[in-house]
Amino acid sequence: MAPSSARSRAADRERRSGGRHSASHGHAALTPYLFILPAFSVYAALILYPLARAAQFSLFSWDTISPAVFVGFQNYVDLARNEELRNSFVHAFVLIFFYSVLPLSVGLVIAAILNRAKVRGMTFFRTVIFLPQVIAMVVVAVAWTRLYSTDGSINALLDLVGLGSLSRAWLGDYLFALPAVGLIGSWVETGLVTILLLAGMGRIPRNQYEAARLDGAGAVRQFFGVTLPSVRGEIAVALTLTIVAALRTFDLIYMTTQGGPGTSTTVPSYEVYYQAFQLSQVGTASAIGIALTILIFGINLVINRIADKATNDVAS
Amino acid sequence: MTSHREISLNYLILAVFSVVSLWPVVTILTSAFGPASSDAGAGIAGLHPENFAAAWEEGHFTQYMTTSVMVSTLVVVLAVVCSVLAGYAFGTMTFRGSGVLFYLFLLGIMVPAEVIVVPLFFDLRRLGLIDTIWAVALPQVAQSIAFGTYWMRTYFRSSNRSISEAARIDGASSGQILLRVQVPIARPAIVTLVVLLFMWTWNEFLIPLVMSPSGKMRTAPLGLAFFQGRYSTNTALMGAAAVLVALPVVIVYLFLQRHFIRGMVEGAVND
Repeated sequence: MAPSSARSRAADRERRSGGRHSASHGHAALTPYLFILPAFSVYAALILYPLARAAQFSLFSWDTISPAVFVGFQNYVDLARNEELRNSFVHAFVLIFFYSVLPLSVGLVIAAILNRAKVRGMTFFRTVIFLPQVIAMVVVAVAWTRLYSTDGSINALLDLVGLGSLSRAWLGDYLFALPAVGLIGSWVETGLVTILLLAGMGRIPRNQYEAARLDGAGAVRQFFGVTLPSVRGEIAVALTLTIVAALRTFDLIYMTTQGGPGTSTTVPSYEVYYQAFQLSQVGTASAIGIALTILIFGINLVINRIADKATNDVAS
Repeated sequence: MTSHREISLNYLILAVFSVVSLWPVVTILTSAFGPASSDAGAGIAGLHPENFAAAWEEGHFTQYMTTSVMVSTLVVVLAVVCSVLAGYAFGTMTFRGSGVLFYLFLLGIMVPAEVIVVPLFFDLRRLGLIDTIWAVALPQVAQSIAFGTYWMRTYFRSSNRSISEAARIDGASSGQILLRVQVPIARPAIVTLVVLLFMWTWNEFLIPLVMSPSGKMRTAPLGLAFFQGRYSTNTALMGAAAVLVALPVVIVYLFLQRHFIRGMVEGAVND
């Protein structure tokens, strides 16, 4: 799923402005609830209820065979104390750099340059760079496992430019496996981010650039003075989508490294699966899941707060 | 004011980026059409399309693709019907608690599958639903409803009200208005929702992995993971199997790409 909570911001605004339609249309009072009932029943039974159950499970120690024992917040304390589990969160933050920071930096520069001069072939370009978003992650993993293998094209490329001494089995290397997985994320997300930013920059009125140019602003000052402030909303959406994608890396790890070599590429999503279904540590798995959920909610909240504040500052 | 240098730079960027985006795709296609073994012969003009038949056969893709089609159909149909109904109520009707209820749905867009999948597995096992299509599909229906309700509400809020008013004066009920008047006009928004939900469901990995431990309800992406366990050294068959799994969504994307990009990008910004 692609979550976006720039959406919740919009909903907030709409709610404050009040509904547009009064109840005077003669709806039977129950009609709206009947319309919502099917959606809400499925949603409550399969998202809200399990979420509450996960919170409950996280307070128990349960190996799926013997009876569950209430342990309070012990699973969370263990989460903070256990180096391997703690590292899985550290790895997730490293992945945020590759899924989010890197694509955003590259995307901003590329989109800004492309926005300066209109060229042909943009439709084809958008189709091509968005393609990684629609390919199943398992397939992406198969393709990149091939690229990173000892006889893959990454090593061949290094050989070609005379850096053959650097070649290695990238996904089997303690130091390079995590960045290697991260770069797959960069490849997947950069197209999405670039298209988002291009759409935003396309809406900036041309005369703003004219005015800046008359003030003697060069390309770089135009970028920081005009372009960057205008795409704050798009940056917030891009950050939200890509950070959540980074925190939810599961398929990729499952297919490429299984958390290895050693535990050098474990991530919280993978730990949830591994703890619950391989080690039968349901309490620990649930605590990791809840921690991950809180982290995602928190990051959403912070990004939207900052974006809202920035927008208000510009408006006032 | 655009100089030749700037235009050349733009084309250079487009070219480099396109190559980087396509490189892994080309790699997988090259493997898929390459010789599967040393006695594979010359093939047709050097290509080996027989790899696809072999991968399909060896990988049991008849079963996995059938499961994937069934799961995707079930998820898309149920989620779209529920989302259109709920989105219509949230978008066009005023009622007590609508704000809180809608907020609950928005929350669901953010809840990661990782956290719900653990309790769901044990609770659905107790109900005897594990390894059935329901265990694989229903959690995804719920996730899709969270997004779909948001998506359809946004659409209905901006849709033309006067047509509904006219129909209401003619004595049509809310249900009739939705079905006969609003849904036909909402077709583009619904098509976008359908293609997004289809893509997310087809590509989903964690939920079918957990919900079908016996492999009875294994979907195509899981079939590929399973295939990798046995054929990881045969790059030709692996490549062919990977192409088969990605193909349905990619084909829909090539025909309806504007819906994909609009749904994931412009929809996220414009609201």
